[in-house]
Amino acid sequence: MFVINCPYCGEREQSEFKAGGEAHLVRPKQPTELSDDEWAEYLFMRKNIKGIQFERWVHTHGCRKWFNMVRDTSNDKIKAIYKMGEKPPTK
Amino acid sequence: MTKNLRVKSGRFIDETYRVSFRFNGKTFYGFKGDTLASALLANNIHLVGRSFKYHRPRGIMTAGSEEPNAIVQLHKNSSRTEPNVRATEIEIYEGLEASSQNCWPSVNFDIGGINNFLSPFLPAGFYYKTFMWPASFWEKYEYFIRKSAGLGKSPTEPDPDIYEHKYIHCDVLVIGAGISGIIAAKTAAKNGLKTLLVDEKPYLGGSTIYQNSEHFKINNQTSSSWIEKEINEIKRIKNLEIKTRTSVAAFHGYNYLLARENLTDHLPLEQRNDNTRQRLLKIRAKKVISATGALERPLIFDNNDRPGILLSSAIEKYANLFGVACGEKNILFTNNDSAYETAISLFKKGINVETIIDNREEIDSKLIKEAEKNNIKIYKGYTVVNTSGYKRINKISIMQLSKDGQKVVGSKKTITCDCLGVSGGWTPAVHLFTQSGGKLKFRDEDQVFIPNIYPSDQISIGSCNGDFTLDEILLNIPKVLKEFLNVKKTDYENLEVHSSFNKSKRNIWLLPSDKIFGKTKSFVDYQNDATAKDIKLALREGFRSIEHVKRYTTTGMGTDQGKLGNMHALGIISETANSKMGELGTTTFRPPYTPLTFGTIVGRNVGEYFDVFRKTPIHEWHVQNKAEFENVGQWKRAWYYPKDGESMHEAVQRESKAARDSAGILDASTLGKIDIQGTDASEFLNRVYTNAWSKLAIGKCRYGLMLNEDGMVYDDGVTTRLDENHYIMTTTTGGAANVLGKLEDYLQTEWPELDVYLTSVTDHYATVSVCGPNSKKIVSQIIPDLDFSDENFPHMSFKNTKIGKIKCRIMRISFTGEHSYEINVQANFGKSVWEKCIEAGKEFNITPYGTETMHLLRAEKGFIIVGQDTDATMTPIDLQMEWIVSKKKYDFIGKRSLYRSDTIKEDRKQLVGLLTENPDEVLEEGAQIIADINQTPIEMLGHVTSSYYSPNLKKSIALGVVRGGKNMMGQKLIIPMENKKINVTVADPIFLDKENKRLNA
Amino acid sequence: MKNKYSLFSLVKNAFSYHENWEKAWKDPEPKKEYDAIIVGGGGHGLATAYYLAKKHNMKNIAVIEKGWIGGGNTGRNTTIIRSNYLWDASAGLYDHALKIWEGLSQELNYNIMFSQRGVMNLAHNLQDVRDLKRRTHANRLNGIDAVYLNTDEVKKFCPIINTSQDIRYPVLGGTLQKRAGTARHDAVAWGYARGADEMGVDIVQNCEVKGIKRNGDAVEGIETTKGFIKTKKIGVVAAGHSSVIANMAGLKLPLESKPLQALVSEPVKPIIDTVVMSNAVHAYVSQSDKGELVIGAGTDDYISYSQKGSHDIVEGTLNAILELYPIFSRMRMLRQWGGIVDICPDASPIISKTLIKGLYFNCGWGTGGFKATPGSGDLFAHTIANDEPHKLNAAFNINRFVSGDLVDEHGAAAVAH
Repeated sequence: MFVINCPYCGEREQSEFKAGGEAHLVRPKQPTELSDDEWAEYLFMRKNIKGIQFERWVHTHGCRKWFNMVRDTSNDKIKAIYKMGEKPPTK
Repeated sequence: MTKNLRVKSGRFIDETYRVSFRFNGKTFYGFKGDTLASALLANNIHLVGRSFKYHRPRGIMTAGSEEPNAIVQLHKNSSRTEPNVRATEIEIYEGLEASSQNCWPSVNFDIGGINNFLSPFLPAGFYYKTFMWPASFWEKYEYFIRKSAGLGKSPTEPDPDIYEHKYIHCDVLVIGAGISGIIAAKTAAKNGLKTLLVDEKPYLGGSTIYQNSEHFKINNQTSSSWIEKEINEIKRIKNLEIKTRTSVAAFHGYNYLLARENLTDHLPLEQRNDNTRQRLLKIRAKKVISATGALERPLIFDNNDRPGILLSSAIEKYANLFGVACGEKNILFTNNDSAYETAISLFKKGINVETIIDNREEIDSKLIKEAEKNNIKIYKGYTVVNTSGYKRINKISIMQLSKDGQKVVGSKKTITCDCLGVSGGWTPAVHLFTQSGGKLKFRDEDQVFIPNIYPSDQISIGSCNGDFTLDEILLNIPKVLKEFLNVKKTDYENLEVHSSFNKSKRNIWLLPSDKIFGKTKSFVDYQNDATAKDIKLALREGFRSIEHVKRYTTTGMGTDQGKLGNMHALGIISETANSKMGELGTTTFRPPYTPLTFGTIVGRNVGEYFDVFRKTPIHEWHVQNKAEFENVGQWKRAWYYPKDGESMHEAVQRESKAARDSAGILDASTLGKIDIQGTDASEFLNRVYTNAWSKLAIGKCRYGLMLNEDGMVYDDGVTTRLDENHYIMTTTTGGAANVLGKLEDYLQTEWPELDVYLTSVTDHYATVSVCGPNSKKIVSQIIPDLDFSDENFPHMSFKNTKIGKIKCRIMRISFTGEHSYEINVQANFGKSVWEKCIEAGKEFNITPYGTETMHLLRAEKGFIIVGQDTDATMTPIDLQMEWIVSKKKYDFIGKRSLYRSDTIKEDRKQLVGLLTENPDEVLEEGAQIIADINQTPIEMLGHVTSSYYSPNLKKSIALGVVRGGKNMMGQKLIIPMENKKINVTVADPIFLDKENKRLNA
Repeated sequence: MKNKYSLFSLVKNAFSYHENWEKAWKDPEPKKEYDAIIVGGGGHGLATAYYLAKKHNMKNIAVIEKGWIGGGNTGRNTTIIRSNYLWDASAGLYDHALKIWEGLSQELNYNIMFSQRGVMNLAHNLQDVRDLKRRTHANRLNGIDAVYLNTDEVKKFCPIINTSQDIRYPVLGGTLQKRAGTARHDAVAWGYARGADEMGVDIVQNCEVKGIKRNGDAVEGIETTKGFIKTKKIGVVAAGHSSVIANMAGLKLPLESKPLQALVSEPVKPIIDTVVMSNAVHAYVSQSDKGELVIGAGTDDYISYSQKGSHDIVEGTLNAILELYPIFSRMRMLRQWGGIVDICPDASPIISKTLIKGLYFNCGWGTGGFKATPGSGDLFAHTIANDEPHKLNAAFNINRFVSGDLVDEHGAAAVAH
């Protein structure tokens, strides 16, 4: 059970949040122009990284805001948290 | 048998308070403060249970939570019965009833004991090699195997006790209130940190509390009197909370720990009613200090499991804490100095110790000298090679160890005894540390694993960190604490410590015997009867990793989770396989540290609190009017309202007829409602629904269908434009929260440029739906000022108005196909508006109807229910709802997926109507649909999704999905039931009023 | 030929104090080259190797395992076996497996303790009832032995379930598959390993794959911690770590790896003689031969390879257990653990070729892979040997995520364990 530092509310228990999977998957602006393969790539294919992963979380039972997290999926250590639209940390 | 072995008063025994209890049906007495184990030992009872596999007689082995053998069933004929309770942990109380487990007919004479003689044929994993013939017989073998396995018996009645949860946030959590924990807690608390100190025992002070010998002194006081003063002091510190009888069960990431606080298990049953039995503490600590101590290791030799063989430290504890002698003729067997501490303690209490067998050859320490001074015979460089005594040890045989410790030499000597204390040195209790993700390192000099890499803000101190002696502990702790807690000073800087303990140890994991190894029974896991032989067999058969050996031999899988034997198993593997201990790794210690009651984990979330119970504001009216309810998500919805003993079918037929003939009323408050505002609200709806929204006029309503990004129908509902930039969306009852979540997701992450705000208002409004040809008359009666003409208030439009003083929004929308109105009012007015409608509708026989009738009425009209007529594989095209999928819109959620190679296929399953050949025959929902019954395998074309007897059409109607169904109108198909086949015809799914005349009737 | 296991051999060996048992499998160093390499020594991987050797005569093959065989989800699951799936493709796959289970102990000469004690799935709301009936009808037409039970019949088959209609989510009915049941999970891995080893398969433990070497569109071999091994065919059966291996080959898979937890109680005498699963309240329970209640919890929603999950999930599961079995309130949790499950968007597995020649994946079993072990191994072996799927696994190709022809057991079936 993580402690998550919501960028809007501060530190809260994990039970207030939901995970939303891989981050920075941009919904194609013109889906109709994509091939079936390209669309499937967006829709289903995932990096599913073991190690440092950029992912999305939402403070469901709080401010309901989505934000991004950098987390090491091999040991669940949270490395950074940043708002939607912000640049991911490089280090 | 019933000798009294109570010696001088024990420290924790109240000898003025006698307690009677029953064991295996016989009454015994102990004193307040006794554990069941100490009380039994005081009555000279060692035989407590039988082992798992060989049913060997077993006694009390330890004095704590690591006990593998002495486990009992409490109160076997009561609802408070509990299996597998450790006699060494349970405190006795008046009326306690305990019985031995896993034996029949009795612990003294157990038929299962025959397994002991069969043991040559039952090596580790024997069951993998046999019971395979004849092939169909496994279940029959299994019946007997299951019967003989298991330990105690599960309760068979509901639990009368209650449990609760408590959240604790603290700066520092200290686990274990021995000397290290007490020092740590005091230091933290005195430096202003909010501190919690917990210990599984009912008292504080760990083993130091009874260490009152001249050999262990702090500032010239015996360590026990020194710690006593400390205890008195910490009890007065305000920001230090102390909890005894509290065992930390799990240490999770982010310093999240679970602890069980035991509140009533030590009280007589009659004092427990209405009191919380156990409390689960959910602790979030900024810093954690583990001071969990160490567990004494047994020694592994032939027949090391007999009743009367105990850990040496347990014997000391029984004497010092409880004033109990474990035997009258005691022998100690050791490889280190600890047993000498025990010998001296016993000696002081006047308990006889004649002999000490010590693995070590050349040894010298003050403790040993004192033992010798007291005329204890010490066999140096010797080992026990065997023991005898079936239900109680009566003799041991000893022999000299060879120089390398691998063999025994010389002649065998036999010594009689009635109790043998063993000490194999100490194992740091690192269980919680490793649970938290900590990494261990192996210390070769004394063969122990100690904490190495900490995964969170935590530290281990004292003997759980491998500091076993008093001087080591007191020397190291102040320094470590100052750094860890970031404080300037402790009260423990310049203590004068005197300890006579010599750290030398001769570690031999498996002691040699003069017997052929194959004939020995040297137990490593006592409870599961796993022997050194079993471990070697596993290795021989190719099981190399510690996890393989553990699983093949079941070592460490008992209720004690291998607290005593795991290290020896590792040691034997490493010696046999010639690999280094540190490289073998350990088995994973899994939570909980000691078994945790389900009830405690669940707390108050039982019975009616199992899950949230959502009720509409009109719920009470439904109850008063005898509605039956249906669970829809977390909601309780009125299902139907049986009158005068009506069956469900009769009630639904009556309700459905009334709604079409005159008027019906439905509580629709559970539908999800989302308030949508912002200058881009219309554009937002365009993107989330399949149809177009930009041109919807203010005051108008529109039905919308929402897809998942994979093109499958996700939710539906009517959305109303309240104002230029203001909409109210309705969703399905079960889908409300998910829809809101999904919309927020898109809004915040994909389309942050849109100016849109979403608010859930489901609970803010009550919704009363009045339908039927007389609905207008009824509603206009309660809102006389509103113009209900079709011109002013047509179908699919809405009005802001008032009922008396109550503000309301009325939508003229219909899910039944009837002329109908949905009245939305502030939730707390819901019931009064409902009652007003009922009152006004009396003359029209207004009939309340529930979800079942609603489903029937909409099915007559061919309206779908998402989740019933769809699963996650239906597109809007499959539902024959092309009309709602905008061709013009550039994009909406799920659009692209509708044009994949599979989703554009013509022969997908499509929604159709089904009519039975016999109009009275109602199909079963879920029944499969086929075309040809003689085919093998039979091709299933689809299934029946909704099915009813329509009282309005006077025939059975059904909806279903059928492969290629769109082009099968009029075709005959078959519903193959178990005992018959039903002929059906594919029909238009709209069975009633295709022209929608009734909407304006 | 290895010593055959039998009562006779057990007795015979007793006289030599069991000193003469042979290794169940060897522990060889890898050769320089194999005809095929299976990455992952769990039940599925070992079964794949076994059937490659046995049915396709491919004997120069190896199973490469990072840790110890059977140490992943094979040794962490709740051992439930059933085949009462809704869709034809799933029913075909799982019933193929179930049929192999029925003779597996004898085939392997290793008692895997397949216990056909039945599996019940409970319905707690009206939609559950519709779904379970739909599934039962489909099962019957597919030749799978499932029946629908009303509440009284549920109670009769498993008397300790609380079937009172006054509880929060009362039991409205259920399904029963009598041929379904449980097996001893470790034994499955060990039995297949022993069988494969006997036919010459190398089982290489403590050997981690570090890279997949490609020559254009075809595989050439694998880099491991024990060096490079040449091969033209690689079958990856790495469960939670499938994506990690896929990434080495430059592939992305439609998978997310999530924590799944389970727990056992202390052992008690027999109290529940079947397996009961409930979707709506999410609880399933059976009792091991040792006497422990074996309870499966759900998955967390975040990706993790830590083999740990949230306590909330365990708590939620036990809440449901006590709702259905209030008599278990005083039972105690003995051990709790987590595994890593790889989940496909449609909750169905992938047993498929890939765009890279000679690279095959068997993954995506989510929370329900154990039950398929023999069938999955058999079909994957067929796919690798023939470079074409068997008709029973044709639907479980990777391309379904492009075409949209998913096998969605998510939306329509009970808990996919």
